[in-house]
Parts: sequence; C-alpha cells; structure tokens
Amino acid sequence: MLPFAAVEGNASGTYLGRMVTKTLQDKLAILSDAAKYDASCASSGTTKRDSRAGGIGSAGGSGICHAYTPDGRCISLLKILMTNFCIYDCAYCINRVSSNVERARFSPEEVVTLTLEFYRRNMIEGLFLSSGIIRSPDQTMGDIVRIAKMLRVDHGFKGYIHLKTIPDASPELVAEAGLYADRLSVNIELPQDDSIRRLAPEKRPETIRATMADLRLSRDAAKEKSFTGKRPPRFAPAGQSTQMIVGADQASDRDILRTSANLYTGYRLKRVYYSAFSPIPDASKVLPLIKPPLMREHRLYQADWLMRFYGFEAEEIGAAHPSGNLDLAIDPKLAWALANRAHFPVDVTRATREMLLRVPGFGTKTVQRILAARRNGAVRYGDLLRMGAIMSKAQPFVTLTDWHPGALTDSDGLRARFAPAPEQLSLF
Amino acid sequence: MIRVELPRFGRFAAWRDAARSLASARIPAGDVAWGDPDAPADLFGADPMPAPGDAPVTASRDFLDLARQVAHHSDPERFALLYSALMRLQVERGFLSNPADPLQDRLNRMAKYVRRDIHKMHAFVRFHELPSDGPRRSFGAWFEPEHPILEAGVPFFAKRFADMDWLIATPEGIARFTGGQVAFDAPAARPDLPDDASHGLWQTYFANIFNPARIKTNAMRSEMPMKYWKNLPETRLIPEMLNDAPRRVQAMADAGASIAPARAARVTARIRQLPDEGMPQSLGQAGEQAARCTRCELCHAATQTVWGQGDPQAELMIVGEAPGDHEDLQGKPFVGPAGQLLRDTMGQAGIDPDRAWLTNAVKHFRFQPRGKRRLHQNPDGGHIEHCRWWLDLERRFVQPRLTLALGATAARALTGSKAALTPRRGGVEPGLDGGPVLISWHPSLILRLPPDRAPAARAELLADLQTARQMLAA
Repeated sequence: MLPFAAVEGNASGTYLGRMVTKTLQDKLAILSDAAKYDASCASSGTTKRDSRAGGIGSAGGSGICHAYTPDGRCISLLKILMTNFCIYDCAYCINRVSSNVERARFSPEEVVTLTLEFYRRNMIEGLFLSSGIIRSPDQTMGDIVRIAKMLRVDHGFKGYIHLKTIPDASPELVAEAGLYADRLSVNIELPQDDSIRRLAPEKRPETIRATMADLRLSRDAAKEKSFTGKRPPRFAPAGQSTQMIVGADQASDRDILRTSANLYTGYRLKRVYYSAFSPIPDASKVLPLIKPPLMREHRLYQADWLMRFYGFEAEEIGAAHPSGNLDLAIDPKLAWALANRAHFPVDVTRATREMLLRVPGFGTKTVQRILAARRNGAVRYGDLLRMGAIMSKAQPFVTLTDWHPGALTDSDGLRARFAPAPEQLSLF
Repeated sequence: MIRVELPRFGRFAAWRDAARSLASARIPAGDVAWGDPDAPADLFGADPMPAPGDAPVTASRDFLDLARQVAHHSDPERFALLYSALMRLQVERGFLSNPADPLQDRLNRMAKYVRRDIHKMHAFVRFHELPSDGPRRSFGAWFEPEHPILEAGVPFFAKRFADMDWLIATPEGIARFTGGQVAFDAPAARPDLPDDASHGLWQTYFANIFNPARIKTNAMRSEMPMKYWKNLPETRLIPEMLNDAPRRVQAMADAGASIAPARAARVTARIRQLPDEGMPQSLGQAGEQAARCTRCELCHAATQTVWGQGDPQAELMIVGEAPGDHEDLQGKPFVGPAGQLLRDTMGQAGIDPDRAWLTNAVKHFRFQPRGKRRLHQNPDGGHIEHCRWWLDLERRFVQPRLTLALGATAARALTGSKAALTPRRGGVEPGLDGGPVLISWHPSLILRLPPDRAPAARAELLADLQTARQMLAA
C-alpha cells in the first residue's frame, strides 16, 4: 500500500467528520500532495557556505537533485505547504476554499524538524515552503518567515531555503524573508491579467507585479555598498522566480513569451517556470479536466532559453508561426530558422557570435568552442561534430570549407526532414 | 619492468610522487607497471624503483586537475595512461588542448564519468541514524559507486554534515567522520543499517509529491539510473506508483467537478471586496480606482499605476509625460534621473516639491523589452485620451491655481493642442478645464540633449519654475 494522502475521492468527507488528530505522516502526505503543482525545485546559484564553522548544511554552486519521481521532476528541496487551508478561491488550485480536499496544518516546529531530519539523511538540499492564505496575507507570511528564522538562527541551517512570497504581505515581512531565504518567488499564476482576474478573483495582477518590483529593488539595494564601504545584509542571493500555468486560459505562446519577457526585463527574474495545467482532484467546474500539455510546456522552456541565452526576442519567436503558437513538432529555434531562411546559410568561419547562436544545432558551448577554434585555423565539418554541434540539424543552415548545403537551405521539404512523421490513422 | 605499488587511499599523491621521479629519469611508459590493492602487480621479477634523474618534469595545472579525477576511474590502465600523458607533455606541451588527440579524448571522457559518479554519490547516499552515546548524533550509509571515488566524494559530506558523526561504507572502503576528522578504512562486509523512521516519512513525501497526470519516466531514468536504485528507500515505490497512476487520473476525470462546501461561500463573501466603481468622492478614492485601471492596454505590461504625489491642496500642479522604469518599479512619480533633475531645479527655484502635486499625463509605463532592458516608449494619443479621465479627477480634487506642463505629452493632455513645443515653451495657455497652464521642457529631454545644448534648456526650465513661483506669489 502506498503512503498516499487520502486526497482523492473523498468528496463526501465533511469537514467536521475529520477533526481526528492527524499524525505527522498524515500531514506530510496532505501537504506535499498540495505542493506538487509548483514546478520549481532549483537550489543553485546562492552564496557559498558550509558548516565547518558551526551549524549544519552547505550551499552554493550548482544544486543537487537527490531523487526523481516518475513524472520526470527532480526532488531537490522538501517542497511542502505550511497549510493547505486557504481563504482564496483560485479555480486552478486544489487548495482553493471551495475544494473538498482534506486539510492539514503543520506547526512551525514540525516543518523545521522534517527539514532537518531529511537534510541530515542527505535526502534534500533544503526547504521550499509555500502556504495557503490563512486569515490574512500578513499572518501567513509572518508564519513562513518564522519558520525560516528558526532554521537559520536557532539551528544554524546553512542549506537552501526558497520561500513563496505572499503578494499583499507587508513590505517589512518581505524584507525579513529576504534575509533568511536564498530565493523568494511570487507566482504570476497566469499569462494574462484578464485570466488572473477571472480565475483567481482574490488576486490582483498589479499587486503581484508590484511585489516582484519590490523584491527587485530590495535585491538591487542589497548589492550597493554604502558610502562607508559597508555592505548591507544579503537579500535573497539566489534571486526571484515565478510560475505561470500554461493551458488553463486561451493565451497563445506568443502572449506567454511576451509576459515572460516583461517579467525578466522588469524584475530581473532568474527563472519563469511554465507549468502545464494538470487535472486536479476535486476540480472546479470553471476549468476542464484536460491532459496536461507537456509538449507545449517543453517548447515554452526551449523558447525561454532562446530569450535568455541566445539573444532572441519574444516577438520573433512568436512570429515564426502565424497562430502565435510554437510548433509542437520541431523546436522553436529550428522553427525560427525555417521561417527566416534568408539569413542562411551562415558561413561558420566568418559569422558573428550572434548569428552563430541562431544556427539550429549549435548550443552556447558549441558557439564558444567555434569562436576559440576559429582563431587557430579553419573549422571543418568533423571539428564541429567533435565540438558538440548537432550537424544533422545544422547541415542546411551552414557553409564550411568542406560543406555547402546547396539548394537544401531553400528546399520545400526541409521542415519534413526534421518533423516526426505524422501518425498514421489506423484503418480499423 | 619497474613495478609501482599504489596504496588504497592517498593513491593520487603516491602516483604523482612516483611518476615525477620516474619521469625525471625519463623511464618510458612501457617500462612501468602500476599496481593497487585490488589489482596487485606481479611482485616477482620486478625491477627496483630507479633513483630520480635530473631531467626537469613539468605538468600544467590543467593536467593535474584532469589526472586527479582520472585517478578515481575504475579502469585498471588509468595510471599507465596518466604516466604516458605526463611523458608526452614533456615533449609536446599542447597535446591536451588538441580536440583531435585520442589520449586527450580518452582521459577527458574518464574524468567526465568520475565527475558524474561523484555527483551521483552526493545525490544518492542516504544516511540511517545509528545509536550514539556521545553528544554528537551518528549516521551511517552504504553506497555502491561505479568507480573508486570514495576519497573524492567525501569532502562534500565533511563540509555539509560537520556537526554529526557519520560513516559511508562502500565496496572500495569505509570513510569515517568522527569529531570533525575523516579517516579511511579497508572495505568490510556491507553493514546492517538499522531501520530509520525518517526513511518512512521520506517515502510518504516521495509518493505524494508525484503527479500521476504527468508521466515522464525517461527523464527520471536518465538522471536517476536504475543501478543506484537498490540502495534508495524511495525507489521501491516507483513500480506501484506507475501502475496506480492511470487509475488515479481516471478517478479524477470520473469525479469531475464537485460541490463546494458551505463554508466556502461565507469565506468568499467575507474577503472578496467588490471594488467601488462609482464616481470617486475624494482624491484618495480616485487613486484607489486608478490602481485597478484597465482603460487601455498599458496596464498589462506595466507594474502598477503611478498616481500623483505631493500636497493634495497644492497651488502648483506639475504634470510630466508618463512614468519611466524607476517610477514604474517604485510606484511613485519623478523618482528616476529625470525626476531628480526636476527636484533639483525646483529647489533652485525655491519651490518645495512636497508642496506641489507631481503627476503624469499617462499613469502607466510604456516600454518594449529588449535583451535585458525595458526601453521607454512615448505614450500615444489613445493613451493620453484614456488617461485624461484620471488627470481630470486629480485636477478637480487638487484644484491647483497653476499647472506646469512638462513636455509635449503633458501640454497636449492639458490643453488639447498638439502644436510644436518650442514656440510655446515659457508661455501660459488656457487648459481644457479653464485653468492656466505654463509650458516648459520635460527634464528627460534635458538629459538627452548634447552637452552644448543641455545647460540652456535647463536654464529655461529653471526660468519657467521661477515664473511659476512668481505667478503664485502674485
């Protein structure tokens, strides 16, 4: 028997009938089940520290994924909700006030104990704590901050802490959270303001963005030395991130990428996470139970990478297909190249870094290696293979001393070379 | 044939000493056999270690870093390969940076596997709590890496788990961390680790953080290869989790939407505040409504409405164009570089910024994301028209005696005239609501002007502010 929470299929369970005391295991089951729709589990890029001078734990450098679940997501942090009681009624969320899901609440001590005991057994890098809104945003944020403070101050915990920031919480609480947390995040939830207002009526998009802006300003301020040369205390050294649900509203991929570009440029986010809308037990009737659009989610992550590391703008990625949606059959960089063939083939021995980055099959590392190798002589087809280029993709888009694509670049059937064959309909 | 025996632990340092000595005598790689406790070299007929020669031996830092990793590979030839590489380095300095060289390629591949194995050790060691009679808690783990990496993997644990005692037993040997010191022992049989209640809780976590509606087992298998599964408490649940997933997804679909509990409606009724969209009765109310403004599309990309700031009974209202990057983030008008210039110039003119009402013709930031920045864009006529609603409300409640319009956008919003600004600058025009509007430059224009023209424009802004002060004093 699996140790699952009794979350699914208890729609008849009434509130009063469940007042029996829950064990720590019961609560853990309920409050990890409630947390699984948050995609982020990152634990990289914070300040370097360890426990040789006291305390417990270490962090800095790249994070470690301690396990993987069969949904393909890594487990790096203990990702739980402080409580899944919530006064908000967000249609996409299993914890909304109108859901019949079983409720539980950890005491701060329980969260601290679970974090430290899992950590000591080398199961996690730290804690990702979120919560339903109980009573008020300030009350909830205050409890979250208290848990982080207990870990850091009472137990000398040096591991990673990611705290969900409740929009509308007072700036003082958010400022305190930044002292203890490595990362803070505020979820934008949905790509368009209208969808937020419609599906999460208690949330306000302008308040969510204003909270992100505050986090950015606090981080900027923490980086500036005062005129005495004294550094202010660190504020969320691993930065801020956010999450957007994909497929719960009608937003096109171009809309989504525009929103991401606004968030990255405005608030210096480390990451925007895209979460394919996934059916939840005890669904709201406003949202259909659909199969989560996993391929769309994957393409969005690829497009997001193109914006952050390859110099692409949201508009040009979104313009590759007239619908404004990404091609699900081929990756967005290839789709852009196919739609902009006038720029190709690229002469690998002369092209600028910016243009090399746009060649399908060339990653950022490959481009770095090409630029280094070019200084030492001609780059040949075989060299590119060794440098990690995916030449099956790059072939139609490059010229080399020993390779020319000829008419391939402009051939009609080029997309078909890359797209998987359409699935044959069964005759029976 | 010279045979060099390497110890079980401290093997790399021992290899380096021996290799340096052999290389200084320029002993060819083919004449040396390297043995370790698991693969002892044949002791019979071995030649003794020759005395060091006087040839110089050099090794780059890159090579030593590479060799330190390769030394932890399980390939019995690893030390012979490293010695060949060292000998080649003496005559062919750059061969390690030649991507086409087969030896370089092989060593780098070996190092990569070792790094990966160390990383997996850091990820997949699972400690069990052991009984302890001292003040420090005690933990133990059994781990089976692919390569003999124990020594290389242990420093991570020593830094992370400094306040507890622990041991990690592997088929290669045992690392013990006691009282802050690491010691290594020869291998022993796999220890019997006691049951640990936290492992049960960990299984509960693993089973419940999994989303049955999104199965992606390839990602899981490539990052958590099955060879590590046997020592992980959580992986034994995976088959049942996968088996059960389709049923759980089907059950969700069958259950469909549910009827909300009665308390939900009460909670929602209590906290969901219906916004008051009636005609505002005060400046404060107007500001609250403006914060929710969706009259034009700018609100979707901008952070927030930037409402006016200052003295609600001000005699002087100063209207700029629209918030910029800083104003948008802080939610306050004139806080960026242009705002600073304006405030400085106001100070020179003897006007206290806190005694005026500072605002903008358009209340949302308009921009275009480019790379890592947001490029300012001027609001267009539509934005000015939509936003005049708020500007009019501000004017109605503040009732300034004089309004200073900074730049063409503000002048247009206040007077309705799109005429060129240069001939109008310094003049007073009637506003759309009848009040006098004094027209001047926008401080951001002054910031953009070339250095030979900026001081004159700034002097004109100062003169206009002085005019405003005189008009109000009259």
